[in-house]
Amino acid sequence: MLKFIAKRLLSGAITIWFIATATFFAMHAVPGDPLTQEKAMSPAVRSQLEARYGLDKPLIEQYQLFLNNMLHGDFGISFTQENRKVNDIIREHFPISAILGITAVLIALVGGVSAGTVAAYYRNRWPDRMVMVAVIAAISVPGFVIAGLAQLTIVAMNNAAGKTLLPVAGWGGVNHIWVPALVLGLGTMAYLSRIMRASMLEVLSADFNMAAKAKGVHGWRLFWHHQLRNAVLPVVTELGPTIAGVTTGGFVVELIFAIPGLGRYFVQAVQQLDYTVIMGTTVFYGAFLVLVVVVVDISYGLIDPRIRLHSGGGGR
Amino acid sequence: MLIWKAWCKAVAVSVLLLWASLSSAQAVDADKAKLTLALATEPPTLNSAVATDTIASFILAHLMEGLLVYGPDGELAPGVALRWELNADGARFWLRDDARWSDGKPVTAHDFVFAWRHALSPKTASQYAFIFYPIKNAEAVNQGVLAPGELGVTAVSDTELKVEFANPCPYFLSLTAFMTFLPLREDVLAQWGGRYAADADKLTVNGPYLLNKWVHGARIQLRKNPQYWHADSVQIKEIDMPYITADPSAQFNLFRDQQIAMAPLDTGLLSEAVKRGFDIEYFHTGSLFFLEFNFREGRITANRAFRKAVQRLIDPALLVNKIIGLPGIQPAYSLFPVTVKGLKAGFREEYPVMRVTPDIAAARTYLRQAKAELGISEIPPLMLLAGDSPRALQEAEYYQYLFKTGLGIELRIDQQVFKQRLEKMRRGDFDIVAAAWGPDYDDIMTFADLFASWNDNNRGRYNNSLYDRLIRLAQNSNDPRTRFNAMAQIQRIVVDDVPILPTYENGALYVQNPRLRGVRRNIFGGDPLFRYAWIER
Repeated sequence: MLKFIAKRLLSGAITIWFIATATFFAMHAVPGDPLTQEKAMSPAVRSQLEARYGLDKPLIEQYQLFLNNMLHGDFGISFTQENRKVNDIIREHFPISAILGITAVLIALVGGVSAGTVAAYYRNRWPDRMVMVAVIAAISVPGFVIAGLAQLTIVAMNNAAGKTLLPVAGWGGVNHIWVPALVLGLGTMAYLSRIMRASMLEVLSADFNMAAKAKGVHGWRLFWHHQLRNAVLPVVTELGPTIAGVTTGGFVVELIFAIPGLGRYFVQAVQQLDYTVIMGTTVFYGAFLVLVVVVVDISYGLIDPRIRLHSGGGGR
Repeated sequence: MLIWKAWCKAVAVSVLLLWASLSSAQAVDADKAKLTLALATEPPTLNSAVATDTIASFILAHLMEGLLVYGPDGELAPGVALRWELNADGARFWLRDDARWSDGKPVTAHDFVFAWRHALSPKTASQYAFIFYPIKNAEAVNQGVLAPGELGVTAVSDTELKVEFANPCPYFLSLTAFMTFLPLREDVLAQWGGRYAADADKLTVNGPYLLNKWVHGARIQLRKNPQYWHADSVQIKEIDMPYITADPSAQFNLFRDQQIAMAPLDTGLLSEAVKRGFDIEYFHTGSLFFLEFNFREGRITANRAFRKAVQRLIDPALLVNKIIGLPGIQPAYSLFPVTVKGLKAGFREEYPVMRVTPDIAAARTYLRQAKAELGISEIPPLMLLAGDSPRALQEAEYYQYLFKTGLGIELRIDQQVFKQRLEKMRRGDFDIVAAAWGPDYDDIMTFADLFASWNDNNRGRYNNSLYDRLIRLAQNSNDPRTRFNAMAQIQRIVVDDVPILPTYENGALYVQNPRLRGVRRNIFGGDPLFRYAWIER
């Protein structure tokens, strides 16, 4: 088990190094730099700024410096938010994205598993068809449209009630979470319910299911111990990348609902060519993704005793 | 697990916060004299010496006060300076003795001397340093040739400031209302160093409002400054900005829900706002949009006959009415927008621009002439560099259509995001670029010297010795008539020689809560300005 974890962590570290290096050179290959501004800068001002940020050094030297600082956990100071450290930006804004993302995943998980199960139980009957139509709609309508519609609905609801039932946008209260989280989790929910449906159908026709039934297991116990526990495995496989994806992919939702999450900084940094923030957020998200995947791998063993983590495989 | 814990904690805190916040959320609150707004983005910095963006300018206009300020009717009015004298060689300001910093210390002439020297220091690397260049030795100090002490600004006493000019600067008074000219406290800057103005507790202000709260990315809250010398005249006690989003629809939804008092409108939201019967307001942002031609060696666009052909091809009125179709935006015919001031009234009223009528036949004649001059039978495909907004694309596609149908030329659209477009402009990697310019200071020169051969913002590298001479003439003259006559000639050159082709003057549409009154929409000195606003019951 320990060997397995160590192995996974080592390959994770290599992955992160690769992400960091690729991003670093790709970013520098893009025309322009963080100092490019609407108004032209005099050469004197420009060289001062280049010296301050170390942009006057050869690229390979900048890369070495970056790697060295990264190993010390220091990503430097943002170019656009001039007085803020990248570490502070991540520390202040990631928890917000995480709260939003985790709530979204929980909503998606509960909704997706229930909808998928219902669809499988009522295969090719109207509950199944309804779920599948909703799934297609949720997957194909882009997030910003759903977010906009959700916001309009809140406005209409509040206007009808004559008071604020749910806030239209903003952050700081528990009621600020639900609607953005639902919007953020909707696509995932749809995706998970498809996986759940397929997997549940497989389980329902599996021999062990018949055997359990034949042995007199039925009702809640049959569902919980024999069907759900087996059918949910592929969903759990998806969960790792999903948590990372949802936590990092909330840019549009964060923009529309005026939520001060990290997603906004992540996307803006790329648009603004804010080198330090690009590197900081990319490496951070990369590390986060790797960590989540490792955690999920380990959790397989807990859910399904048939998977044992010894031979270094551990995957399905 | 850590995240899980943080999540639980956040939920618990949020529940408490919720009950506290639900009751207070309101666009305008007359009892508390409180105003709630949304911000498009967070200001990158609130350090006046290095700030460049409009959001910082807006916030600083409420936190700080310069020598002069923009008054309730948009006129220049006394700020920290009680009275002043201005002539061709320099200016003198007498400061009021009751101006105070937020910690109670008096605002003195030394605070201005320090701030201006600091902004010009090469180490500060302020992008707006050039705006000080009319002051004696400013350029040399900025380039590190002279010591900051050589700058032509002296504190004669605590309340008297003397400024010497390098060139006559008849618009100097309006400069003193600009953010880079705001005073700075040497001791406060020394205390925080690079972290100055990074958080609410790391700056000292002298204006009508205090920075009460600054939660990065989430909220900025201003509260009336009791130390401000004219605090009695400030009616709105609190300006809260708990939403930061650049999405106009989100802002409009917040406005509809009565959470914020103002929201910008774009094309999609305009009809929605009309349908709901909101009062729609408009103001001219003072900025000019234009097509800029590349004059670098070997470019077709360096040929005058070719540019004349393009000029005859494009009708700004059609572009504005049929393609952009947003009220408030108007067709442009001159380098100088209608908002530019002249001798007594607007420059454009005093010196009307000669208009060129669009004419396909004339355009084709010019094109034939261009081909003959260039010795080519066919114009190769040209590159139009454009921004990535929907409007920019619409506009670019319109030009593409006109070039194809009118002149038989293939125009290729090179659509780029902001920084990449700027970099390509800097490198000269375009034939024609759809560009824009917003004025920096309240004088015609902010537009005029744009296409002087030495200006770094002259991205097409236009080089016309007559143009350059006229700019030098105006820069060295203190006589308004001489200056504006030179500007009229500049205006004519732009029409005649077509270094750029003006397309439209930008306007902004917005909705505003009807109980909020007295808001100033400014081209200069911070926009919007709530310093003179009030809330009606």
